[in-house]
Formats: sequence, C-alpha cells, structure tokens
Amino acid sequence: MQDLDKILSNYKGEKSDLIPLLQDIQSEYGYLSEELMREVSKFTGVPESEIYGVATFYTQFRFNPKGKKHIAVCSGTACHVTGAQQIIEGMERHLDIKDGETTPDGEYSLESVGCLGCCALAPAAMVDDEIKSKLSLRSIKKLFRGYNPEKPSK
Amino acid sequence: MSDYNKKRFKIHMKKKIKFLMDGLEFEALEGTTILQSAIENGIYIPNLCYNSQVKPYGACRLCLVENAEGRLITACENWVEEGMDIKTDTKELNQTRKMLVSLLIANHERNCLSCSQSDNCRLQEVAAYLKVDEKEMENFRLSLPDIPLDESNPFFIRDLKKCILCGVCVQTCADILGVNAIDFGYRGYETKIITFGDRDILDSNCVSCGECVVACPVGALVPKAVLEPSREIKTTCTYCGVGCGIYLGVRGNQITGVRGDPQGPANKGRLCVKGRYGFNFVNNPERLEKPLIKREGVFEEVEWEEALDVVAGKLLEYCQSEFDEKQYQKSQFAAISSAKCTNEENYIFQKFARVLMKSPHIDHCARLCHAPSVVGLSMSIGSGAMTNSIDEISQAGCIMAIGTNTTGSHPVIALEVVKAVKSGSKLIVINPQEIDLCNHADLFLQHHPGTDVALLMGMARVIWEENLFDKEFVEKRTENLEPFIQSMEKLNLDDIEQITGVNQQKIREAARIYATEGPSSILYAMGITQHTHGTENVLAISNLALLTGNLGKLNAGVNPLRGQNNVQGSCDMGALPNVLPGYQSVEDEQVIQKFQEYWNSDLSPVKGMILPEILENAAEGKIKAVYIMGENPLLSEPDIQNVKKALENLEFLVVQDIFLTETAQLADVVLPAASFAEKEGTFTNTERRVQLIRPAVSVTGQSKPDWWIISQMACKMEEKLSIERESAESDALNLPESQFNYQSAGEIFQEMAEITPIYHGISHARLEKEGIQWPCPDENHPGTPVLHQEKFNTPSGRGKFHPLEYRPPSEVANEEYPLILTTGRSLYQYHTGTMTRKIEGMDKLEKPATVEINPHDAEDRNIQENDLVEIQSRRGKIKVNAIISDHIQKGTLFMTFHFKEAPANCLTNPERDPISGIPELKISAVEVRKL
Repeated sequence: MQDLDKILSNYKGEKSDLIPLLQDIQSEYGYLSEELMREVSKFTGVPESEIYGVATFYTQFRFNPKGKKHIAVCSGTACHVTGAQQIIEGMERHLDIKDGETTPDGEYSLESVGCLGCCALAPAAMVDDEIKSKLSLRSIKKLFRGYNPEKPSK
Repeated sequence: MSDYNKKRFKIHMKKKIKFLMDGLEFEALEGTTILQSAIENGIYIPNLCYNSQVKPYGACRLCLVENAEGRLITACENWVEEGMDIKTDTKELNQTRKMLVSLLIANHERNCLSCSQSDNCRLQEVAAYLKVDEKEMENFRLSLPDIPLDESNPFFIRDLKKCILCGVCVQTCADILGVNAIDFGYRGYETKIITFGDRDILDSNCVSCGECVVACPVGALVPKAVLEPSREIKTTCTYCGVGCGIYLGVRGNQITGVRGDPQGPANKGRLCVKGRYGFNFVNNPERLEKPLIKREGVFEEVEWEEALDVVAGKLLEYCQSEFDEKQYQKSQFAAISSAKCTNEENYIFQKFARVLMKSPHIDHCARLCHAPSVVGLSMSIGSGAMTNSIDEISQAGCIMAIGTNTTGSHPVIALEVVKAVKSGSKLIVINPQEIDLCNHADLFLQHHPGTDVALLMGMARVIWEENLFDKEFVEKRTENLEPFIQSMEKLNLDDIEQITGVNQQKIREAARIYATEGPSSILYAMGITQHTHGTENVLAISNLALLTGNLGKLNAGVNPLRGQNNVQGSCDMGALPNVLPGYQSVEDEQVIQKFQEYWNSDLSPVKGMILPEILENAAEGKIKAVYIMGENPLLSEPDIQNVKKALENLEFLVVQDIFLTETAQLADVVLPAASFAEKEGTFTNTERRVQLIRPAVSVTGQSKPDWWIISQMACKMEEKLSIERESAESDALNLPESQFNYQSAGEIFQEMAEITPIYHGISHARLEKEGIQWPCPDENHPGTPVLHQEKFNTPSGRGKFHPLEYRPPSEVANEEYPLILTTGRSLYQYHTGTMTRKIEGMDKLEKPATVEINPHDAEDRNIQENDLVEIQSRRGKIKVNAIISDHIQKGTLFMTFHFKEAPANCLTNPERDPISGIPELKISAVEVRKL
C-alpha cells in the first residue's frame, strides 16, 4: 500500500478529488480493486457504494486486472451492423468470461469499446496494439487456437 | 448552509404567502414546495419519487406543473412564491406525464397480479390516473434486462426488474440512515441500484432496517412476509429503551408485520431491524403454554390452580407470618424483577415482595446496566434519567457519544445523531472501538478501556484552564467547585495521554468543541457504567456538563441511554432494594410511614440486597427461595458458573417467563407469562416517557399476564394465611382487605400513581392520547421534556461537582492474561436472545458467537479469520470463531453476550463498583489461543 499512500499524498481528501484519484490509482495498479476503493472511501469520506457507482458509470475504469493480452472489440456503428455482437459473444464463449472480465489465468481480458475508427475493416477488434480486421467466428477460432481456458497455457 | 437549508430555515420565520393553484387561492408558509402545498390542500399531482422524509430529488419528472409563463416545472423541487399562478392539470401536462410514465412501465416487469406491492403501487396509481394505454406502450418496450432476484436478505426481497430508478431508497439509506449501502451504478439502459461491488444486499453494509422497503413506491423492495394484516393495533415496541411507537399488523391471531407509527414521539415512524422484523417470537411454537412443575427432575405440565397452590404454599414457608423488624432484613426470600415487564407488573411485584413476603430483597437487571447512572446522577443533579428528550438530540450543537455503540444498541436514536450531523452539528465519539458512528464523527477518541475518568477530567481541565466554562451557570446553579478543581489538578495532560492512549491535542480539541459548540448533549451507555468505577464515570460526565452549563436547557443535557424497553420504568416503580416507587428512599422514616399506611402493612426502613448479593447469599444458603420474573441471569450475569451454582443451591426457585430460558430450566416451578403483544400496561422509555402497550393477539395457550399471575398468587397466599390465622385465633371477622385483588393493569397504575409523585398526574386514560414524560405532578401537567430547568433535584437545589480520582480497572492485563475482553451488544440480537434467537434470519445477518480481534494480536497468535479459538479468563473458558478487525485496538477483544453456545459471561468479572454495585462487565483480563 506504499504506492497508494504516495498517490493519496497528492490529494486533500475532498469529494472532488474522487475521479482524478481513481484515475491515478488505475494507472498505477491497472485496475480498481475493492480494497483500493475502500481505502479511497476512507480517505475522501465518500461512501463505498457511491465510489462504486461513480466508477461503474465511466467506461475508463476497470475492476479486474488486464490480461497479458487485452482484446478490445469494436461495437461502433459499422461493426455493429456487420455483427460485432456475435463476435463479442463468440469471444466470450472461447475465453469463458464475460465482457469486461479477465480469464482466471490472467492470459486474456475482453472489453467491448466504442468506435475504433477503422470502419472499413469492420467488424474489427484490437489485440493489444494490433488491429484484427474483418473478423468472423472462424477467424476468432484461429485467434485463440491452442488456448484452453480450463488448462492454463504455458 | 445549502440553498435547500436556507429556504427551509425561512420556514421558522413563518411568513405566509398567497398563490393560485388551478385558479384557486391558497396560502402556504414560505419554503413549502408546490407539491407539499398541493398535498396539504388535497390536490393530487402525479408523482413517484416524492417522499416527505427526504430532500426533493426530481427524478421521476411526473410532478410537472405549468407556471404563469407556460413553463413546465417540477412541483417537488420548486417553492411556492408570492402571486404564483400554477396549473396542475392541462392537456399538455398530462401528455408529457403520460409519455414519461409509459416509458417507465414499458421497462417494468408486468406481473401486477402476483406482485405483493400490488395494492400499494404508486406506479399503478399514476398509470390509472393518466389512463396509460398498454397497446401504445408496446412500441417503447425493450427486452427486459435479466437481473436476478436478490433474496439474500432474510426479511426483504430486491427485485430490480421492477425498479423505476426513483432513488428514494438511495436517499433514505444515505440521508436518514447514514449507512449508504446502495447507490446508482452503471450508465444508460444498464443503470441500476447497486451495493459496493454490485453484490447481494446481504454482503453489503446494509443494516436491514427496512426503511427503504417502506419508502419504495413500487414492488422493487418488498418484505418477504407478505400476508396483509386484517387489523392494526397501536402499541409500543418491546425491544430497547427508545420506546418506538408501532402498529402491530394482525391477521387472525398471527402477527403479520409491523409498521412504524409516524406519530410515535421517539421514532416518528422509523424502526430498526428488530423493531420491524423481530416479532415472530410472539407466535413461536416454543412459547410456554402451561405451568410446569419439576417432579423428580422432569417438568410436568399442570393446571394453573395446582401451580398457584404449590407455589403459594411453598413461598409461605419463607415468609414470616407475623412482622418482625429484625427478621425483615434477614428474609430468606428474594425477588428478581424484570425490565422487560410493564410498570404495573414491576409495581405489583415489588409490593408482593415487600408487603406479602416481608422481604426487602428486590432488584432487577438495572443493576447490570444503569445502576451507576441512577446513583451517580442522583448525587450530582438529583435525578438518574435522561435530562432531555430524544427529539432534541438532532438540534444539539454538539453531541458527545461516549461509551455507547448507538447504531447497534439504540438504532433509532442513532438516526437522530445522523440527522444532527447532516444539519451541521459536531459529533465527538469516544469509544475504545471504532464503531459505525465514527463514520459521521468530527472527532474520534479511541481510549483504552476503563480510562474514562482520566479522559473526562482531562477535558474538564482544558475547559477550566482555557476559561471556556460557563461562569454564570457555575456561580448560580452549582456547588462544591473548589474540591473538584483541586482533584482535577492532580493529573496533567501528559499523564492523561499516557493513561488513555489518546493524543492530548485530540483531548484539547474535544474539550473545546464540547464547551464552545453548545448546546452540547452527552449520550452514554454501558461503556461508562459497567465498570468498578462506573459511578465515578457518571460523575465525571455530570461534572463536565455542570462546568459548561449544558444542563437544564433545551437540546443539551446528560443523557444515559437506557437499554431495555422498560428499565427506566422498573427503576421508577421501585423494583430496587433501596427505593420505593418514585425513588422514595426506604431509609426515610416518613416515606416508610406513608407506604405503611397506604399499603396497610408493616415495613422496615432498611435496604435489601442488590442482585449480585442475592446470588452470593443464595450460594451461601442464606437466601433459600427466589422468584424470578422475566429475567435470564444465567446468561446476563457476570461469571455465570457461579450464578448457576447459586441458583442450584436454592431450596425453591420460581421462574415466570415467556420461554423456557436457561434460567427457567433450573426452576422448580415455571409459570407461563403473556408477551407484550398479549397484555395491557405501560412502558417508560429512556426519555422518561410513559407509553401504553395494548393487547394485539390473544394469549398463547394458558399463559397469563405477569400482573395477573402475581395478583392471583398473592390472593392465594393471603387466603392461606388467613386460614392459618383463623385456626389459631378462630376470629375470621377481622381479616384485612386484600392488597392484591386487581382486575386490570389500569387499576394497578392508578394505585401506583396515587403514591408516586413523579407519576401522580398520569393515568391510562391520559396515555390513550399520547405518552407523557415524568415528572407529571398533576392531571393537567403536560409532562416534563427537559429536567432541571429551574433548579436541580438535590437537597440544596444546586448541581454538585464531585472531586474524582482516576482508578485503574479491577483487572489489568498481565503476562498470563495479556488481553482485555470487552463485551457489548449486536444490532441483530437482544440481550440473552430469549426473543431474537427465535427470529429466523437474525442469525443470518450476523454470525452468532464470535470474537473480534485486532490483526496484530491475531498474527502474534497465528489466528486467521474464522479460526476456532479458545478464550480463557480467571473464571472460565469458551470456544468461539475469530473475526479479525482493525476496529478493535491492539490488546483488546470484543464479544457480544447474546449467545448461549458461547456465553461471554463465563469470562466476565463479577467485581463490583462499591457505590452502585454494578459488576465490571466491560473489562476482564483474558488470553486467547488457536485451537
């Protein structure tokens, strides 16, 4: 919790500190754990339920660590009409997690996002910094070849 | 001050303004909202999120009205203004409203017929008013979100599919309770009411009070017990000393639910988890239905006639047939009365002991709770009760809560504290544990257990040295200041910091806030009293209040929070060994003379034994027969191993209770009593308010009200005595009139009021209308919300300072027993659990029989969360599960005393305060080890 104390020392503990504080914590830890949010509650006096309410309102906050590979599936207009929903569901099936979650072995995390800006490649997704274009259920299968969510890959 | 409060504040200025609503002229006080004045004047404006208990929120937008400029404004958020012209019903308005409500209904689960909120649903009401067409709505319908039903709480269901996001529950939880268990979460279509981490409500910090369930306008929050009552009976809650007004909902002979009485002076409609969901015990199948007599170690059910005959015959063996002053004090009979029973029952029981059994030995469990308050406050200000009223607490400038876990033990009073803090009052919490109230505190002083005198003397010293005391008050209304100041100067703040473990800057700050932010109200409870220096703690508190002039005025005072529903009343009734009804001393010859004449009986001006003495003498064989009414000393007394030995040593034990308690199991005869919901009488709450209880259901089996049992028993004994005399003197004509032949509780009350000055003006007939706070000297007197306004009730009429010296507790930590165990209560249980342990679900809300331990102490002993541990003191040992908590300071343990599977009172110290006789239940040296 040393890092947390360092972050907190930049703030006065006022209610208006809440969002920048959560942002700093997320950039340090990668996500907002319940333990960290509890500490923020103690520091700012904002009730825990309210902090959780604020944090779930913004898509920028995550509640579990990112996987080694982070997949952002586009659900912008062009991707939506070309079947982004099926792509997300397909990935959920392959990874055995829900949108916004991370596989228990920490390999993958999945998130649906607004427009990625490459509508010509729809339906698209980003795996870390790499764009995967014109996705289909078959290409997803290829993407996760060799990965079995039940047996951690080596 | 927020705009809202500024406008609210103006209400007190009482400026009336005129305005038009639908062309009619109305008048309202400035600061009234349009919606409020519409409701007051009987005009319906559709609304969903309005709730008079919380600030207007404007979420549902249904209460739109049209102003003179043709603009649509919400009626709930806007105040009436002079000359305003408002239209509440136009075509445009209704179209807008209809659209809004259609959108709500379109996403609302439609199973109205099976919804338990059906006849209370405000959404249905609004839809019917606006003539919403279901077919038109189909266009708006989205696929319903699949939110699973949250049935985790034992008492209510959260069905978020029916939620209309009006936010009333969120506001109730935040603004009234100060708990903040829930809030809005997520965004857009996904918005829903969430707990922290979006878990089930059971896993949140929800306190299950059910206020949100009452406030929910639709079926999203509904109680699990869904039977609608066929009638409601107004009565008083039987749990704690707050004395909440309730309506018991009854169907047939079954209690179906409870509703807070909005007119209840203490609670104004609000309730806690026990008060709202804790009444199943009345209809519990384990209730005693017939008298039991133990024959060869086994209980046999018998008829009343036989039971009364046996007990009367047996008790007569322990009562002198002729009065002998010398024998009076040596009586072998003792009576243990009950703070759960009514005033009438306590009165008749002490009269039974004194007049018929000719024994001065009567006491009850007040000995274990506020005996030091009764004694200490009588010494300093002349009256051992709350000096002020519950509804004044929210107006106090500063509240100092010391030794009270108010949210757990007096939850509805805690709401007043929260209300005060929300409106800007200062709150100082002084407690060895970090209790929930600390979340609202401006200052929290975590002192070592048992160092209260040092801490309070330190505060007094700061107030004195910094010249913050009330000179005029001290001069005009107090005495004995000098010796007090001298005693105070013996301890300097460095020493005090050392003793209490509290930084002296904090002590200074607390003293300054208390002295300057007045009117300041002190709330305290068992953390102050249950010590070998309990009386000194109480005196330290009254010293502080006297020094700052915080007595005898509104919104201030010294306020001991009494624990049981009628512990104030049973003390008032003289169920104590040193006083007769109305605190009239048994050692005062004049008083004794008065009562001798009134009761037509011989009395002697001697004190009886206090409760722990009764038990000690029972163990030694000097007390041979004991009659216990509605108490369970086998769990509540300290060092219960010895209590058991004492009770087993008795020749004859009668226990009168609603259940076969641990104590009743040791009895020779058990008499089944009626519960509070089955009889009439009065309770006196912690603010001295006498309130009626009324029978709601017929008695269980053959159980009888306690007053009836004692009355019948006494008559039986009088009969037997007269037969004895008759045969001895063959003179049956001069029989004295029966002193116990009562026909109703009202009759007993009348007799009591006649001879008890503080109750003199009170009668059941007056109480029908409203509760009255004593002293009430005559029938036209309105009662006394604030004590000591003119003078104190001491011989000189002045408040008396008492010099004090810090004494350590009787047990301190040593090598063998290095930890201090302190005991207390849980929100979800009540005392020895006779009632609450019968309520299914309470165990689910808090795990029974646990010990809280500081992480450091746990680590030293290699104890993990939930480990089974053994706690040992000089008196005994018990096994419990550990809970690791940093709310407990290092070196201390905390346990509640409710649970028979791990009775904390096996461990506690019976060592007593020499002045009041209270045992040191709060401090025992112990060791804990992992099993």
